[in-house]
Amino acid sequence: MFTRLAAAPEELTGLAKLWDQFDTAFLTNGRWQLYFKGLLKTLELAAGAVILGIVIGIIIAIIKVSAQQSRDNGKHNLVLMIAEKICNLYLTIIRGTPVMLQLLIIYGGVFVSMTDGTLAGIVGFGINSGAYVAEIIRAGIQSIDRGQTEAGRSLGLTSGMTMRLIIMPQAIRNILPALFNEFITLLKETSVAGYIAVNEVVKMANGIKAKIFNIMPLMITAVFYLIMVIGLTQLQKVIERRLHESDRR
Amino acid sequence: MIDVKGLRKSFGDHEVLKGIDEHISKGEKVVIIGASGSGKSTFLRCLNLLEQPTAGTITFEGTDITDPKTDVNKLRQKMGMVFQQFNLFPHLSVRENIKLAPVKLGLASEAEADKRAMELLERVGLPDKADSYPRQLSGGQQQRIAIARALAMNPDVMLFDEPTSALDPEMVGEVLEIMKELALEGMTMVVVTHEMGFARSVATRVLFVDQGIIAEQNEPGEFFSNPQHPRLREFLSKVL
Repeated sequence: MFTRLAAAPEELTGLAKLWDQFDTAFLTNGRWQLYFKGLLKTLELAAGAVILGIVIGIIIAIIKVSAQQSRDNGKHNLVLMIAEKICNLYLTIIRGTPVMLQLLIIYGGVFVSMTDGTLAGIVGFGINSGAYVAEIIRAGIQSIDRGQTEAGRSLGLTSGMTMRLIIMPQAIRNILPALFNEFITLLKETSVAGYIAVNEVVKMANGIKAKIFNIMPLMITAVFYLIMVIGLTQLQKVIERRLHESDRR
Repeated sequence: MIDVKGLRKSFGDHEVLKGIDEHISKGEKVVIIGASGSGKSTFLRCLNLLEQPTAGTITFEGTDITDPKTDVNKLRQKMGMVFQQFNLFPHLSVRENIKLAPVKLGLASEAEADKRAMELLERVGLPDKADSYPRQLSGGQQQRIAIARALAMNPDVMLFDEPTSALDPEMVGEVLEIMKELALEGMTMVVVTHEMGFARSVATRVLFVDQGIIAEQNEPGEFFSNPQHPRLREFLSKVL
C-alpha cells in the first residue's frame, strides 16, 4: 500500500519531471543569468565576426572582380595580379581547413597572452567568414550581365560609379539569400568558441550540465539558437520582400 | 573628328583587326557592314575604348584617346553608344535611366535633367513611358529609350552596334526611323548594321570590313551598284 502510494506520483511524471529538470537547470540559484551571459558572448562573437567578415569579403571581392575586369580588357596590372594571388591563397587556406583549427591556431599563436579568447574568436571567425562572404559577393557581382557595365561606362561613368549605381543595386538581390545563409552558419559555428576559453552560451550550458547531470541545459540552449535563427530568417524575408516590391514598381 | 591609324586588336592569339586606317569627319553617317566575325563590331567598340586596341592610335576631336593619360570617361561623355542588347538599367525607371549619367556626372541638375529626359522621350515617341520600367517595354521601345539615354549626354558622335539585330522584325522600322531623324538633324553617326536599306538611304559612306581590314568603301550608290572586291560582291549577293 505504502509503496503503491509512493509510486503513483512517480508515474505522473513525464511533465513534472521535465519541469523539475528545467527548474534546476534554469531557475535554481539564478542560473538563467548564466545563459544570458553566454548568449551575450555568443552575440558579441557573431556580430563582431559578421562585421569583420563583411569588410574582408567586400575588399577581396573588389580585388577579384577588378582583376578579372582588367584581364578582360587585355591589361596586365601587376599590383592587381599580385593582390589577386594573395586573395586566392587566403581563400584556399581558409576554405580548406576547419574553423576549429583556425581558431586554435589564432588563439594559441597570435593572442597567446590573453586568457579570454573573445578577441581571438572575433578575429578568427571574421577571417573565416570573410572568405565565404567574398565568394558570395563576387558571384553576385559577376552574375550581372557585362552589358550593364558597358552601358554605364559608355555614358562616361567611372568604374566606381558604375559599380555603385548600376551593378550593386542589381547584384544585391542575388547576394542577400546566400549572405544570410552565411550569417546563420556563422552564428551557430561560434558555439565551438568554448574551446578557446570564450564563455559563450554552449560552454555555459555545458558547465551547468556537469553540475546537474542531465541534458536539460543543452536543450534550453538549443531553443535559444532556434529563436535566434528564426529571427534572422524573418529579417531576411522582410528585406527580400522590400527588394521584391521595388522590382514590381 | 575621329582619326584611326594602324588600329590592331587581338584577343589572345586571334588577331581580329589587322590594321585599320580611317577618318570620320563631322556630320558623316558611316555605315559599317561585313560578315559576322569580320571585326566590324570590334572596330566600333575600339572607338570608345570598350575594347582596348592592341596597337595603333585613335584621335578624337584632337585628343589621342589611346594615350594612357587620356581621361577615358570624359571622352566617352562625348561618344554616345547604342548596343544590340539595349542594356537599359532594369532597376531604374525609363526617366531615371536617361537622367542617371547627366545628374551623377554633375552636368545637369535634377530638374534640368528631368526636363531634358522628357524632351528626349517626346522625340523618340515614348513620353508616356517615363515612369515605366524596362522590363515592361517591347524590344523596340527599349532600344528607342537607349537612344534617348545616349542622347541625354549631348554627344558629338553616336555609335550604333547592330541596334536592330536583337529586335523582332516588326520593331526594326521604329528604331531605324529614329536613327534616320537623328541623321537628318546632322548627328555624326557610325553604325554597324545588317540593314542594307538603311545603309543605302542614310549613309554618306559605307565601309565593308572583311578579315580585319576595310576591304572596300564608297558612297552608297556606287558601293551597292558597282562593288569591286570579290568578297564584297559575294557578301552583297547573299544579303540583298
